[in-house]
Amino acid sequence: MSVDSVFEKCRADGRPALIGYLPVGFPSVEGSITAMKVLVDSGVDIVEIGVPYSDPVMDGPVIQDAAVRALAAGVHLTDIFTAAREVSDAGAGALVMTYWNPVLRYGVERFAADLAAAGGAGLITPDLIPDEAGDWIAAADAHDLDKVFLVAPSSTPERLSAVTARCRGFVYATAVMGVTGARASVGEAADALVSRTREHTDLPVCVGLGVSTGDQAAEVGRYADGVIVGSALVRCLTEADSEEQGLEALGALARELADGVRRSRA
Amino acid sequence: MTTTSNVPAYGRFGGFGGRYVPEALIPALEQLEEVWRKAVVDPEFVGELERLHRTYTGRPSLITEVPRFAEHCGGARIILKREDLNHTGSHKINNVLGQALLTKRMGKTRVIAETGAGQHGVATATAAALLGLECVVYMGRKDTERQALNVARMRLLGATVVPVDNGSKTLKDAVNEAFRDWVANVATTHYVLGTVTGPHPFPEMVRDFHRVIGVEARQQVLDLVGRLPDAVLACVGGGSNAIGIFHRFIDDRSVRLIGFEAGGEGVASGKHAARFSAGIPGVLHGAFTYVMQDEDGQTVESHSVSAGLDYPSVGPEHAHLLESGRAEYRPVTDDEAMEAFSLLSRTEGILPAIESAHALAGAIKVGRELGPDAVLLVNLSGRGDKDVHTAAEWFGLIDGEGATRLPDDDGAKGMGVQQ
Repeated sequence: MSVDSVFEKCRADGRPALIGYLPVGFPSVEGSITAMKVLVDSGVDIVEIGVPYSDPVMDGPVIQDAAVRALAAGVHLTDIFTAAREVSDAGAGALVMTYWNPVLRYGVERFAADLAAAGGAGLITPDLIPDEAGDWIAAADAHDLDKVFLVAPSSTPERLSAVTARCRGFVYATAVMGVTGARASVGEAADALVSRTREHTDLPVCVGLGVSTGDQAAEVGRYADGVIVGSALVRCLTEADSEEQGLEALGALARELADGVRRSRA
Repeated sequence: MTTTSNVPAYGRFGGFGGRYVPEALIPALEQLEEVWRKAVVDPEFVGELERLHRTYTGRPSLITEVPRFAEHCGGARIILKREDLNHTGSHKINNVLGQALLTKRMGKTRVIAETGAGQHGVATATAAALLGLECVVYMGRKDTERQALNVARMRLLGATVVPVDNGSKTLKDAVNEAFRDWVANVATTHYVLGTVTGPHPFPEMVRDFHRVIGVEARQQVLDLVGRLPDAVLACVGGGSNAIGIFHRFIDDRSVRLIGFEAGGEGVASGKHAARFSAGIPGVLHGAFTYVMQDEDGQTVESHSVSAGLDYPSVGPEHAHLLESGRAEYRPVTDDEAMEAFSLLSRTEGILPAIESAHALAGAIKVGRELGPDAVLLVNLSGRGDKDVHTAAEWFGLIDGEGATRLPDDDGAKGMGVQQ
């Protein structure tokens, strides 16, 4: 399902979208795809399929740990296409989140073509700003893919304007200044950032970094068009004693979050 | 190169460089560039930095001709630029004092730094102490162990040293951790990046703070020998000492610029940090440059006896100097570097940093190629005090556990002085 139609459906339901991140390849490629399908079955609207990377400067310890273990277990970049196909077939939006070098190495145009062929919706690029993204923007436009760039509490009005003008799909608003990871409170900066971002774009604005509970999802969902959850979901898998137990915990948390976004505007 | 065809030339060296960092850091990079560009044309800033160079660092640093060492270099004249004599023991202080002054100008109160060999960390801790800034240094766990003396130095200077246990536990992982800190604390914190890579404006700014090395050395060599050198040689990790001594010579087309990378156990072994021999262009730590990587774009771990050269990427301007043909880069193995370390120590009474010993090993090769009429300028970027433990182990002067009891010298045998 395209990201556009996901937000259309959510708007019709009068609720924000729920976006869940998992890295491909942990605990195995197959196991990670099963986990992504559990997310979809539990009410996640868009799966953010993470590419494990050796030097993830935007990630906190939980996602770093999963990436290290996925790489040790032998995950390859091309596994992302299998995951995108399966997530898309399961009825959710399949967005890939990747640091830039793996795409650069694969070939930007070739990556865009193969992602589109696999049913992927587009890319979220945490270390690629639009100013450096000429090749990606051209390839994404040629293959009808979404381009999700990030804005931050530190972003100036000039940056918000420049970044949102190059986004397609949605705008990723990082709730706090920092790396990924669950936080006790998402903070007021996120609300203000969403308002400031909306002054520059009609695209949906989704909030990530720090959300881990249904209550936080409900709170963020009051002002954001989408709630993005990563580390809290990943931790369900990395801290589980067995794969079954991990999937159970993952499904339970995803349902709690799905319930959170559904009561956010009730 | 299709990867750069559509990007603007802003902050680029040829196609290399750029700004590949999270959006959250862009305002800080814009502020840094603005403050830096204003400062370098402000007589007050320029005067203060010059005063510190003169009264604190000890600039201009000397040049020293080393004839006994040169006997092993095909008879070529070898002239060392003595950055090892700077306060804190290496070239790193040139850049750090500049960035620390900029930190004050930006109204920030805290600095962070990454360090490999510990020289940049020591220099940053020193500048922070001098200017009253809080200082946190990230250092790979493996490097804290092989450079324990520098960890102690940083702590004595009042800095907090954070050992990094991620990944290869070396310099690249320390850089990752510094970026994570910076994203979270950018409002109060300046990241004193220690080399000529990272996002724009770091490669250009750090180069300009080190450019004084080549400016001084060019005149000193002219004064000493009456002509320019045939070649300028330097070791290249991130590449700050090399670009610092190269840059003033770039327009002197007769002068060869030769950088020496860590060849580790040999490029064929895979255990090295020879990015220009085995890397390909990609993005790491904010810059598009040569990166040691696998077919999936994952960074490959580097290896070197020298912590300061043990880094899988290199400054983007070096990538440009390579591709434009202006500079050449060659690998030097651990064995060759340690042999040169020993040779300079024994022939000239100068203990070089193991990093700088790679440039000395290069001088032995290039001198033999060019012969006795050649004049080679070699950047002795740091002193070897920090490497005494590593070198002593390498040459079997102490055992692997670092026991303090030394075996007796061969020459002492039969003289009745053993215990």
